[in-house]
Amino acid sequence: MLDIATLLGAGLLQAFEPLNLMMIFIGCLAGLFIGAMPGLGSVNGVAILLPVTFLVPPTAAIIFLAALYYGAMYGGAVSSITLGIPGASTAVATVFDGRPMAQQGKADQALTAAAVASFIGGTISVVLFTLFAPPLAVFALKFGPQEEFALMVLAFATFIGLGGDDIPKTIFSILLGLVMAAVGFDIISGQPRLIFFDFVELQRGIGFLVLAIGIYGIGEMLWTLENSKGEVKIHAVRSTWKSFKKNLSHIREYLPTTALGSALGFFVGTLPAAGATPASLMSYGLAKTFAKDPDSFGKGNVSGVAAPEAANNAASTGSMLPMITLGIPGSPTTAILLGGMIIWGLRPGPLLFTDRPDFVWGLIGSMYVANFVTVALNLALIPLFVRVLAMPFTILTPIIFILCFVGVFATTDRMFDVWLMLLLGLGGYLMRKLNYPVAPAVLAIVLGPLAERSLRQSLISSRGDVMTFFERPISLTCMLLALALMIYPIWLGMRRRRAGSASGTE
Amino acid sequence: MSTRSAELLMTVGLLLLSLGLMWTVLADDLHIGWVEGRGPGAGVWPFWLSAGMALASLWTLVRWFRGATPESRNKSPYIDSQSFGLVLISFVALTVMLLLVHVVGTYIATALFLGFYMRFIGKHSWRTTASTCIGMVILIYFLFEWQLTKYLPKGTKMFEDGFLWIDNFRWQYLM
Repeated sequence: MLDIATLLGAGLLQAFEPLNLMMIFIGCLAGLFIGAMPGLGSVNGVAILLPVTFLVPPTAAIIFLAALYYGAMYGGAVSSITLGIPGASTAVATVFDGRPMAQQGKADQALTAAAVASFIGGTISVVLFTLFAPPLAVFALKFGPQEEFALMVLAFATFIGLGGDDIPKTIFSILLGLVMAAVGFDIISGQPRLIFFDFVELQRGIGFLVLAIGIYGIGEMLWTLENSKGEVKIHAVRSTWKSFKKNLSHIREYLPTTALGSALGFFVGTLPAAGATPASLMSYGLAKTFAKDPDSFGKGNVSGVAAPEAANNAASTGSMLPMITLGIPGSPTTAILLGGMIIWGLRPGPLLFTDRPDFVWGLIGSMYVANFVTVALNLALIPLFVRVLAMPFTILTPIIFILCFVGVFATTDRMFDVWLMLLLGLGGYLMRKLNYPVAPAVLAIVLGPLAERSLRQSLISSRGDVMTFFERPISLTCMLLALALMIYPIWLGMRRRRAGSASGTE
Repeated sequence: MSTRSAELLMTVGLLLLSLGLMWTVLADDLHIGWVEGRGPGAGVWPFWLSAGMALASLWTLVRWFRGATPESRNKSPYIDSQSFGLVLISFVALTVMLLLVHVVGTYIATALFLGFYMRFIGKHSWRTTASTCIGMVILIYFLFEWQLTKYLPKGTKMFEDGFLWIDNFRWQYLM
């Protein structure tokens, strides 16, 4: 316990170093804007801006990206409330009560509640993170390749069991990502694999950023262009110092549900397939269930804004927990962060805590500071954000396209990869329109090389006996959980069909 | 094209892709089984996962024929007809920009693309358009070429030579 306090103190000091503090500020600000833009969320921001972070050392870079992740969670609420369309999928639940509040002229109260709740959610979850991460990392030190592989299987199984998307399409997306990760030279035998049409460029493999920027930059913008059609109505926000103080006094009304939502969000956030969007929806449901006046939800109840906002911020911190301690990302955004760490030459996983304490604790310290910075920036800049939201897509879209092109080129130095990005982005857009989930593919291309290596190591050490995954207690538990998660939706479907035919409604 | 036909086309396409991947692994003579004394062959991972992709596509195909996926019952157009033009023109403009990068280099291509998009799709004034284009070009140069020391594509020899003048200026007077 004392150890943690010392390390955390060092981390906080590190967060206050001028460069890192500047990164927190810029990251939070960028995140707030990106999150507030309809169609762009944390994952798009992190993917598109990752190439720029090579300007600074890894610790400062991850602090910037984590702050951006955070800021985007706050920012999402701004467009949910003032435009009535979620700035990112994570802020969907905020629309339910945020929109009616804005229509009643209480937009400033809703925005304040969102900012304060995000702060509470972020703080509670970062405290939980500090308490859970070190023991989990120590526990994970005992993991061999079998456990690593089983854990990854479990991560992918959560997409099948909890993702809620079409099952065969989810499976296809996962496998496609894993196969794309295998393109290039095989690390063990040195043989070239899957070099289509003898493209020499493919020997270096398909970088995860090429896929991530393709999908979350190009694909996402095409998707937004198709769906937004440009017509939005912004609700006016008037805010004065007096009304601000009055708004803060409402905190007591939503404090209990916010605290509950934060804890819930943290734990849901650690699951790879779940993350911030379901966490905020669950938190909203919970707040409604426990409210004294559940009927007022959906008509402008301030708790209905606070609960989901607390949960989505908590979930973003939660998703960092498995990434830092186990090397398994808890969300698409952290998958990209993980890929970034590999580019920076860090090996994610439990060893990070012993090998690079400065990196880990600097990040944790920065999360505490980032919370304060974002809440302050958010409350101060609310009027400015509302102006920015009026920025027409005809400026934003081409700038993002250009950043995608330059960003990919800057990471790989090859036009081939830029063209590949365009192709993958178009493919991702066309597949997403047919309900193929894209997040599993991004997670899979990041984890693919690690998963293949751990599978082959396990099988070599067991001389090809697959039972090795079921003989060790931790990997057995993961495998059984994974199996249960994969069977669950099929069983659910069968039961529904049976119930349907029994009542004769089919 | 209706969403229904699009799903069929996509599923068949993805099935062919999966089979193509499996074929590539076999054509490259990679081992798809256990290699005595060496462990799993290099082809195990891509081959069997591609086989899984093929099975998943077949599964979707069966569901399409039975009308089990919402898309297979959806007769409305695959891409919203109102915004199809916008999506298409954005994508074509982006492709043209990337083609131009090979000829005239990053800076002229991005400025032309941004200018086209803002002026002819966005109908912004020439002043806003020009200042955004110049600002963007300077930002890219400063961030990537200068700070990250990346050599962004400069196009054909003629344009590359022209650009050297700016680079020389920077090295001589600003560094």
